[in-house]
Amino acid sequence: MMAVFVFGAAALLLFSFAVGPVAELLRQFSAGFLWLGLLLSSTLTLAESYHAEMENRALEGLLLLPSDPRALYYGKAIANWLQLWILGVALTPVMVILYDAGTTRIFALVAVIGLGTAGLSAPGTLYAAMTAQVRSKQTLLPLLLFPLIVPALLASVKATSLIVLGDPMGEIKSWLTLLVAFDAIYWSLCGLLFGRVVEE
Amino acid sequence: MAAHPIIKVENLARRYGRRWALAGINFEAREGSVVVVAGRNGAGKSTLLRVLATAIRPDRGTALVGGFNVAREREDVRKITALLSHYSYLYESLTARENLRVAAEHLGAGRNGLMSLLERVNLGPRADDPVSTFSAGMRKRLSFARILLQDPRVVMLDEPYGQLDPEGFVLVDEVVKELKAKGTTILMATHQLERGASLADDTIHLEAGRIVHGGSPC
Amino acid sequence: MPRRYPYVISSALLAVAIYFGLAVTYVDQYLHADISLGLPVAARTLIAVLSGLIGAAIYLAADDLKSPRCANRLIFTGVILMLIGTWFGLFVAPPEEFMGDVQRIMYVHVPTAWNGLLALTVAFVCAIVFLFKGDWKWDARMEASIEVGVVLAFLLCVQGAIWAKPTWGVWWDWDPRLTTTAVLLFAFLGILALRKFVDDPMKRAIWSSVATIIAYVDVPIVYFSVRWWNSLHQLQSNPNTVSKPFWIPLRANAFGILFVMVGFIMLRARIASLRLETEIAPPPLEFGEAV
Repeated sequence: MMAVFVFGAAALLLFSFAVGPVAELLRQFSAGFLWLGLLLSSTLTLAESYHAEMENRALEGLLLLPSDPRALYYGKAIANWLQLWILGVALTPVMVILYDAGTTRIFALVAVIGLGTAGLSAPGTLYAAMTAQVRSKQTLLPLLLFPLIVPALLASVKATSLIVLGDPMGEIKSWLTLLVAFDAIYWSLCGLLFGRVVEE
Repeated sequence: MAAHPIIKVENLARRYGRRWALAGINFEAREGSVVVVAGRNGAGKSTLLRVLATAIRPDRGTALVGGFNVAREREDVRKITALLSHYSYLYESLTARENLRVAAEHLGAGRNGLMSLLERVNLGPRADDPVSTFSAGMRKRLSFARILLQDPRVVMLDEPYGQLDPEGFVLVDEVVKELKAKGTTILMATHQLERGASLADDTIHLEAGRIVHGGSPC
Repeated sequence: MPRRYPYVISSALLAVAIYFGLAVTYVDQYLHADISLGLPVAARTLIAVLSGLIGAAIYLAADDLKSPRCANRLIFTGVILMLIGTWFGLFVAPPEEFMGDVQRIMYVHVPTAWNGLLALTVAFVCAIVFLFKGDWKWDARMEASIEVGVVLAFLLCVQGAIWAKPTWGVWWDWDPRLTTTAVLLFAFLGILALRKFVDDPMKRAIWSSVATIIAYVDVPIVYFSVRWWNSLHQLQSNPNTVSKPFWIPLRANAFGILFVMVGFIMLRARIASLRLETEIAPPPLEFGEAV
């Protein structure tokens, strides 16, 4: 977890080199950088999330007990979600310091990070269950996951940057609605399909 | 005695890639009997047990366990079976007791009695050590405790004697007899025939995915 | 031979589609005769679209993946239709009022878009049917339709870029439809990669079905999110493809690409099913007579 945080922070630092030391531009892009950093870090945590289950095939052992695959999925997905949420909240001060992108609406920011990471972890947990069993999982997971979570990423970036840069037109609500809808769809759909993925 | 065999296997076949691990086998087992599945390494013993325990799907043929189809009624089959697999199914970072507790909670069973189970398999003193510090034989014992926790009607034991010390052999024999006395059906894959034979009601020999001796013809 | 009925029915449906979609308009515009059987335009369009879709669906579903003959015939017909469409699009139809000749790319662009989405819809349906029925044919069809859909999506992105450069001055305009297509392209390329990485046919089929369902459900969400995201840009007006002179090239190409697409899916599914046959062949020798 600590290593992933350092990775995310390093990514945030590197992103700023892509723009150059222009404070105004960096502030403008801060939300996008935060979410890209979070997205890159998430592939690390998601890919590792089935490590304990795959070691002695504990997942198969649980399924044979029998236990409900949906319960296994939601347990795993919630764990991944909380992990990413904490990671996102932990990376926020780094963003604030590096990009001068502070805000007083802390609660709203934490909530947006929560909704956004929920969108990452629902399909992420499902795909990680597949790629954990496959050679070259490090390539495959982002390949499957990144295109899929475009809407969640867009909405999170927009909502975050509206919080950081100000929201004169009150647009944030529609982005939050989109995030909630994305989360609702994928948290239910992936739960339904997970059983098919882990069953052999 | 029983009109319906608890295990009924017809033309069962399963492949790994291009190789057929099971190439069409037929047999039946009576409820409460001990059936020893013998054969060399790679003869298909583990595959047979894994198919019957619904860990993997059959590619062809049907198998009924307790009247339930292993391909279609997996949930029902799983409720009445327990598999001692080559894989330990254990979480390395959890202790012996915690591993059992995870299983107990998934089974909806209570937490009490776990310690006596651990003592039953002589792991009492190590109950709170993480599994990663365990030897292969100790893991096997812990997996055995997990099987007993499930209290199944059909038990599949894949090489139960493997990696155990002589004391462990005695333990397995005791447990098998105990289960049998309760009316549990036991399917045991082993190449230690001299040990299994004393317990067996029936023996089937597998060779290259086919039954060469034993079983009941269909 | 009862197996022939589906082909007869679907061929008849496709003929009906071409009659109402193309022939009636052609005769009306160039021969000034009315063969519409008294049906209004809306009804004719509806009949053409529905019978085209149903005919194509029957072709796909009834194909036993054994012989390439039907697929070859479809592709042949499709190529002829596309030649007609190209001829009309390049030489017969007048240049568009505002955009001139650049506009002509719409005669392929729009039909490619329709059919690309249709191919991925076919993949989605195949995925659902496979998960419920477990019939390998649907796995083969899904693989085929994803591949064809990916090719069409790629063509769509290229055509979009070609159109955007002279029209907007940039290769990529972040238009919601085009961006959605690009996202889709990567999503389904990922699924094809997944299929390459998994050796076990059962896992491969189930996992790619699951991934296909998830990716397909994402299509509308991606579309709306990109649309809102890009709402500062003025939304592009729909290129004018509905007025009469544009009908024939547009529709001929739409049917042409549809036929070629269905034919390609059938051929590709046949290849996939041949490969599957070796992967899931029964055990050799005394299978079924053990003991």
